[in-house]
Amino acid sequence: MKKLRARINTVIGIVLVAIMLFPIYWMINVSLTKRESIRLGNLIPLDFTFAHYGTVFSQQMPYLGTSLIIGFGTIVLTLLIAAPAGYALSKFTLPGSRTIQFLLIVAQMVPAVVMSLGFYSLYNKLGMLNTVPGLILADSTIAVPFATMLFTAFITGIPSSLLEAAALDGASYWRTFRSVVLPMSRNSAITVSLFAFLWSWSDFIFASTLNREGGNLRPITMGIYNYIGAQNQEWGPIMATAVVASIPTALLLIVAQKYIAAGVTAGAVKS
Amino acid sequence: MTTATQHNAALGAAQPASARTPRRWRPTRQQLAGFAFAAPLLAYLIIFYAAPLIQNVSMSLHRFDRQSFVFGGAPYVGLDIFKEVIGGDKFPSILAQTAIFVVVSIVFQYILGLALAIFFHKNFPLNEVLRGMFLVPWLLPVIVSGTTWQWMMNPDNGVLNKLLGSVGVDPVWWLNSDNALMSVTIANIWLGIPFCLVILYSGLQNIPTELYEAAALDGAGAWQKFRTITFPLLRPVSMITVLLGLIYTLKVVDIIWILTMGAGTSQTLATWSYSMAFGKGASSIIRYSEASAVGTILLVIALVFGLVYIALQRKQADS
Repeated sequence: MKKLRARINTVIGIVLVAIMLFPIYWMINVSLTKRESIRLGNLIPLDFTFAHYGTVFSQQMPYLGTSLIIGFGTIVLTLLIAAPAGYALSKFTLPGSRTIQFLLIVAQMVPAVVMSLGFYSLYNKLGMLNTVPGLILADSTIAVPFATMLFTAFITGIPSSLLEAAALDGASYWRTFRSVVLPMSRNSAITVSLFAFLWSWSDFIFASTLNREGGNLRPITMGIYNYIGAQNQEWGPIMATAVVASIPTALLLIVAQKYIAAGVTAGAVKS
Repeated sequence: MTTATQHNAALGAAQPASARTPRRWRPTRQQLAGFAFAAPLLAYLIIFYAAPLIQNVSMSLHRFDRQSFVFGGAPYVGLDIFKEVIGGDKFPSILAQTAIFVVVSIVFQYILGLALAIFFHKNFPLNEVLRGMFLVPWLLPVIVSGTTWQWMMNPDNGVLNKLLGSVGVDPVWWLNSDNALMSVTIANIWLGIPFCLVILYSGLQNIPTELYEAAALDGAGAWQKFRTITFPLLRPVSMITVLLGLIYTLKVVDIIWILTMGAGTSQTLATWSYSMAFGKGASSIIRYSEASAVGTILLVIALVFGLVYIALQRKQADS
């Protein structure tokens, strides 16, 4: 009886997932349907084709490459700033550290449109519009406050006796950070990297404002957006590009669901 | 705090340089090291948060046009631009649309997220895998899901109208100016359900199971258990979920922009600011100052809710 009820729940769960993920199924369905049949709206790709993916790989590769560079750039920058800051905020008695933690929460609440306007005006003066480093810097603002809070929370939990032992062995602060704190914070670093990558990969506002005229140096979100903006909307290639742009998310969810869940329960919240 | 101090004193003592410095300098040295580790963050916050924010506010106090934006020399006009924006005929309707978008989104996200969280709180095979799949809409780039929704809402060939047609309902012009607000809200609810599910699910796990067992012994039904145990005990988590949802929904630009470019009823404060700043959508002329003023208003509203959130979180942490 109990087993039967559990099985029924599994079936209900599958139905719920199917409803929730229908838009994603639909995207894949359209991406695999021949151009002339897309408007028929068949529930499965009866007129099957891979041709749209050919179009994607001939037209969208540069954007995908740019997005990868920006994603990894954002990871590196975020880790470089957030990991030492997490150490400082958790294991040193600094004046004002409570204020900084307060500011980090507030920083996550600033609307991106406000940031993008400020960045636009500053980049305009500095000649940093339409550059990859400019976009990496802007994208990192989505991740740095969250990353610092995650590192701070985790490093607080590292027993101080371990750090004292390192000090007794003659390790400097820097050495303790590098050889004790960082290796122990590996999981936090993975979670932070995952989110930093996903957020910069998905970013639309900064890309569409700070990097509108960057040619091939624009990220994939702009590649898709320009496709929609084109007069004759080619839904096959658009959907195929969308599928390809979803691959990193899908991969990370399969390989690293554990870390993503950790990020969420640590108070991870997406803008 | 004492353990941290001891540890750092130990660190300091291990260093030859600090061994020679007088005793009273030790805390300073420790703080210097801590400051060095925090320095990149401090510099970062000043350059990449404070500077753009100050720039934004300053732009709303000066009257900029295309020329003065590039070459400088925009005159200071005090709060004039704020007065014009708030007194303008667009402001009341856009504020109302923003409120509808935010409130309706959150009510549905919360109710559906809670229902799903309660469902997944049961034990059944594949629970974890299915729950993981619910995260997909949240993690996908919004351009991907937004584009897909746009095609699904296509009036002539979209699958939504095909499904409605198969049960005899007339096609809906999803993305025309009258229906735009409803359509972007539907897509936004879909985007936000996973977040509510995850947070509320973790909240449910903190409710002791003994309470339910005791209630079952008293003969309480499912609805009664929800009303007397789940909902009251979930209240702190619910408040956090709703407040964070509020703050994040207020700033939404991407899903609206991708679906309608803020056309008609779907214009919110955030998309309005975006369209004026970059001369797209409803505003073909670039209006930096007005955009900054609307952005600043949005920022103030978000910060008010943000401070409520922080106060609430502090209170919960203390109790």
